[in-house]
Amino acid sequence: MDTNIKKLPPRPVDMQKRIMHWGLAIITIVLIAWSCTGMDFGGIKATAGQIAGAIFNGIFHPDWSYVYNGSGEDLVSQLWQTVCIAFLGTFISAIISLPFAFWAAHTKHKKWYISRTGKIVLAIIRSFPEIVLALMFIKAVGPGSAAGVLALGFHSVGMLAKLFSEAIENLDDGPNEAVTAVGGSKTNITMFSTLPNLMPALISNTLYRFDVSIRSASILGLVGAGGIGYPLIIALQYRQWNRVGIILLGIIIMVIVIDWISGMIRKKLV
Amino acid sequence: MSNTDKEALMTLPKKKFKFWNLIWVVVFIVGLFVSTDVTHTDLGALFANFNQFTDIFLQMLHPDWAYLGPIMPLLLETIKMAILGTVIGSILAFIYSLLIARNIVKNKAITGILRVIMNIVRTVPDLLLGAIFVAIVGIGPVAGILALAICTFGIVVKLFYEAIETIDPGPIEALTAVGANKLQIIVFAVLPQVITYFISYCLYAFEINVRASTVLGYIGAGGIGLYLQQTLQVFDYAKTGTIILVIIVVVVLIDYVSSKSREALMK
Repeated sequence: MDTNIKKLPPRPVDMQKRIMHWGLAIITIVLIAWSCTGMDFGGIKATAGQIAGAIFNGIFHPDWSYVYNGSGEDLVSQLWQTVCIAFLGTFISAIISLPFAFWAAHTKHKKWYISRTGKIVLAIIRSFPEIVLALMFIKAVGPGSAAGVLALGFHSVGMLAKLFSEAIENLDDGPNEAVTAVGGSKTNITMFSTLPNLMPALISNTLYRFDVSIRSASILGLVGAGGIGYPLIIALQYRQWNRVGIILLGIIIMVIVIDWISGMIRKKLV
Repeated sequence: MSNTDKEALMTLPKKKFKFWNLIWVVVFIVGLFVSTDVTHTDLGALFANFNQFTDIFLQMLHPDWAYLGPIMPLLLETIKMAILGTVIGSILAFIYSLLIARNIVKNKAITGILRVIMNIVRTVPDLLLGAIFVAIVGIGPVAGILALAICTFGIVVKLFYEAIETIDPGPIEALTAVGANKLQIIVFAVLPQVITYFISYCLYAFEINVRASTVLGYIGAGGIGLYLQQTLQVFDYAKTGTIILVIIVVVVLIDYVSSKSREALMK
């Protein structure tokens, strides 16, 4: 009997590809090995398990008295403050973003370097750490949620203007040409064709950024810029695990509810 | 043509009045007033103190280049943290995604519960995780690595399980037909179809982690953020400027390299 039939034909070999794959794999492994050097994993506190247990215990036995006590320092008012910081911060950044977006959109300019510089400016704004911005605003307007609002308002421009400019680049030219054809001026074009067509994308991107801002607003408090982060870091420092638990629970619920609401609105828009 | 006909032609049709638009505008304006009140935001105060703000900026624009030497070790630690966090988080995410993909695990109860857990993990911001891990394992890069690992887990699981669920079912059926077990199906039918996606998502998570790891040190979770905190506390803005400049260069560089390699992968 012919036994050859049971054997699969050998796989075709592409030497160049194979060498490249192995090379990349070796580079990755070397990088990972390098990262492990100098890391002190033995320095973990002996009480780590105990504290982790305490935090979990706190999440399941939250400090309900902290939820609302009318003092303005309770969970509900702090969460409300966080939402307000995110709302106002997003609003400010949406306004600042518009001119930046037109600057960075390449379809609006004949010269390539104008939109390219706009894109670089936005990239720099995005890499500037949010916390540093918050600390600078704390120096200017004092600690509190106002600093958080301003930090968020300026930091979000980096991402929001990038999304806006992409929306502008994707716009259909037809309506603009139609307005030009009936004798519309540049302002007419912007007012009657560009902005109305852009509106759904603007609202949807702003809502998305609002989701992100809610998370940012809840960490700005760690450095004293208002919101829920501040009571959390205090509770962690004083080892009030029940309170840590209820604050975490509050943040999780807030984020899920806001995601859900903005998801609903966005679905209606599209 | 009569005069009224002409008039009818010259006027544009009236726009339909949309009731919901009015509601949205009202909600929006009320929200604006309420949030301004709650946060005590006063733009006047900002402009009054604006020279102080710009002063910090101007000082940052004169970076202290001699400070580059001392910050290098912590910069390397930041990158190491980002790499390790990504690796640990991605390995966990790989296993978890296989467990919640509905075309691999058929039990809807298991996948449902695991998905709820994943969605809860995704909601906690990275710095909060950092603060919690500093309380648990103590000050140092290990806290940062753990926080980054959990963030990576959230990002990669969400993207990867969706990729697994959209694969072509043909190869799975073929392997089932010749009597392969679950592990063989995963290795020979599922993974070849999704492994490039997985690597691309890990790179994407790595980009996010590099950004996040630069500030984790601020709350004591290791990396260059520690110097950020120290220089800001003593108002040494020239040194802060150096740190921020270095962070921006590293972030832009790593973003560029990893987005280029992602493009190459997906080709």
